[in-house]
Amino acid sequence: MNLIELQKKLTTAARLQKPDDRVPYAFEKRIMALIADGAVASTRLLWARGLWRAAVSCVAVAMVCGTVALFTPDSHDGGNDLSQDFENTLLASADVDDSPLP
Amino acid sequence: MERSEAELIAAVLAGDSASFEPLVAKYSPRVFATARRYARRESEIEDIAQEVWLKAFDKLKSFRGEAPFEHWLMRMTVRTCYDFLRGHQRNRESSFSEISEPEEDWLERFVADPGNAPEDADAAKLLIDRVMEKLSPEARLVIQLLEIEDRSVKEIAKITGWSVPLVKVRAFRARGEMRKILVRMTKEKYL
Repeated sequence: MNLIELQKKLTTAARLQKPDDRVPYAFEKRIMALIADGAVASTRLLWARGLWRAAVSCVAVAMVCGTVALFTPDSHDGGNDLSQDFENTLLASADVDDSPLP
Repeated sequence: MERSEAELIAAVLAGDSASFEPLVAKYSPRVFATARRYARRESEIEDIAQEVWLKAFDKLKSFRGEAPFEHWLMRMTVRTCYDFLRGHQRNRESSFSEISEPEEDWLERFVADPGNAPEDADAAKLLIDRVMEKLSPEARLVIQLLEIEDRSVKEIAKITGWSVPLVKVRAFRARGEMRKILVRMTKEKYL
């Protein structure tokens, strides 16, 4: 069999085939809907990414603060606790006011 | 008043995605016609066309307006079709035993009198489709563009992104591959 001739014949047959250019009904609407979905999805994705990053940063800051608090040596002297210090500071001005005038 | 292509593209790039719709409506017939050369099932053809348009929308920024939008889009279409071929190579190893009766008749007619077998017969079209499906993706793309669409090597290099020597090498190999498939087809039928 003449293969070169067969190849030529079949290639010519393919050339004679006019490609069908039918487009499904409302195809452009479908594409536009997909594009709109994609845009919404990408906005959501941006927000989600940002929020996750913020959450991770917050956890990291909280962990650093916790570690610092845990390993900082106790600086209280004389058995005064925080509530006592707070009360002293708050009432300091009152103590000053109560002092007798010269 | 109808807006020009350049105006539509500029509007899309400025954020008005609705301006993309007239472009989709105008060029979809060409995209579908090209996709039908590489895929058979309508669902696959629609998937290709959809992918082409979504890619075109995403990459519109890279369109510099030096060449017509249609050329840029067709390049993207052919490349998407090539990716499709690479992902769907399932039919390549099947035999020719499932050739239909009209195809067999056409082949017999060709064997008896090569000059008399009509090229415009449906059977010849079915046969070439069958042969094309058995080619490797590279060979199919080259045969389609070079032999069937009659494009130059330079044009093919531009469309595919391959170098000119690579297109030539692939064209040489593709012809050889096609001949091998024809040998296999005729051997299965006539030996």
